[in-house]
Amino acid sequence: MSRHDPDIRLPLTGDGPLEPPAEWQRLRERCPMATAELPSGDKATYLTRYDDVKSLLSDARFSRPTATDNAARIAPDGAGGPAANGDTSLAIPDRGEPHQRWRRQVGKYLTAKRMTALRPGMVSIAESLVEDMVEHGQPADLKAAVGFPFPVYVICDLLGVPAEDRDRFSYWSDAFLNVTRYTTDETRAAHTELNQYMATLIAAKHAEPGEDLLSMLIAESAEEGEGLSDDQLLHTGVALLVAGHETTANMIGKMVSMLLADRTRWERLLADPSLVRTAVDEALRFDANLGFGLRRYLGEDVDLDGRLLPSGTTVICSMPAANRDERVFADPDEMDLGRSPNPHLTFGAGPHSCLGQTLARSELQVVLDVLLRKLPTLHLAVPARELQRVEGLLVGGLRTVPVGW
Amino acid sequence: MKVQVDEAKCCGAGQCVLIAPEVFDQRDEDGIVVLLAPEPAADQRSDVREAAAVCPAAAITLDENPS
Repeated sequence: MSRHDPDIRLPLTGDGPLEPPAEWQRLRERCPMATAELPSGDKATYLTRYDDVKSLLSDARFSRPTATDNAARIAPDGAGGPAANGDTSLAIPDRGEPHQRWRRQVGKYLTAKRMTALRPGMVSIAESLVEDMVEHGQPADLKAAVGFPFPVYVICDLLGVPAEDRDRFSYWSDAFLNVTRYTTDETRAAHTELNQYMATLIAAKHAEPGEDLLSMLIAESAEEGEGLSDDQLLHTGVALLVAGHETTANMIGKMVSMLLADRTRWERLLADPSLVRTAVDEALRFDANLGFGLRRYLGEDVDLDGRLLPSGTTVICSMPAANRDERVFADPDEMDLGRSPNPHLTFGAGPHSCLGQTLARSELQVVLDVLLRKLPTLHLAVPARELQRVEGLLVGGLRTVPVGW
Repeated sequence: MKVQVDEAKCCGAGQCVLIAPEVFDQRDEDGIVVLLAPEPAADQRSDVREAAAVCPAAAITLDENPS
């Protein structure tokens, strides 16, 4: 292999739908900073070891690439949709002190205490979705019946979107992100409609504030005089939806599939529901279908574990590969529902780590609690190896999760 | 055991509050960590160790044998 040939081509896939690609282990062992060719044809450095991934993601100097960074693209121009190549919004500051200020302004609405207060509402949403699923009879697609609507309904409550608009919201969010299922025109139209809807919603919150996140951010802007502009509010709302819908929807499907693929796992949880908290984090660690990983564009030379990554390099940090690193996790290929501590990197690390991770954890815990309580006999309606992955590049998941009970 | 938190590093993920709510909280103004119990009771220490180990910003440090 010449110096310019890539070591691997991304994406890598595992043998079974829930299995990690075999290459991860080899790469961690022999080639932890591999040259990878992306679907766009561009090249990037692919990191698979825990320490490397964590150290780069925690490095405050680097952030997600912007259009001006000249970073390697994941998908060819136009093929990845608006979210694929990092062009979601210029309204939200993405690095440095302004980013931190934005993060703290929004982050205070996503604290552990607030999520605990939101929990009873989440439980009733989950219960009614499970009841609807049962009413429609088995087998059912758990992803469509529960996984997909649940997080968007929760975000609607958080933003103060009226219940009757939830399903429109859900559609826009899907069309905006799911570039394989919708045409470019549909994606663009959804983007426009969602922005219009959000602008109207923000105007309504100005006129008649509620208890929701948008109203609180607006009230604060009025008080301090240097809060978020309406444009920033709009993009904040859209960002929460983009970041918090498809990801959690897919994770619900994958978590339940992993737990049911080996029924002893499900039975362990039935016997001891206090394991739900650690089980959720173990599902997050164990998930081999997290997608590509996070991109970072290096604007300066970086020394990583004694090796130089030159300025201008685009790095792909594979969190799911790092989450299986035997240097950090004992028996990394065992799904241990009581694993503690579980410092997985599924939500990233450092100043850009997922702002909504407490929301996501609470949602996953609520869904799992409700399923264990209401449907203890839940099982996969197809053999686990017949589950099918979605083809998207951004958010990994399973197409459907057929279940019976 | 003595606990220290670094507010400048904290990214407000809230993991510590979920794991050890008697020891950690988040400020209402910005979601940044507040240390409620710098010297946690014996029955809280394992939760505190877990919180420190999983903090995404490595903002919690522990001194297991303070002098």
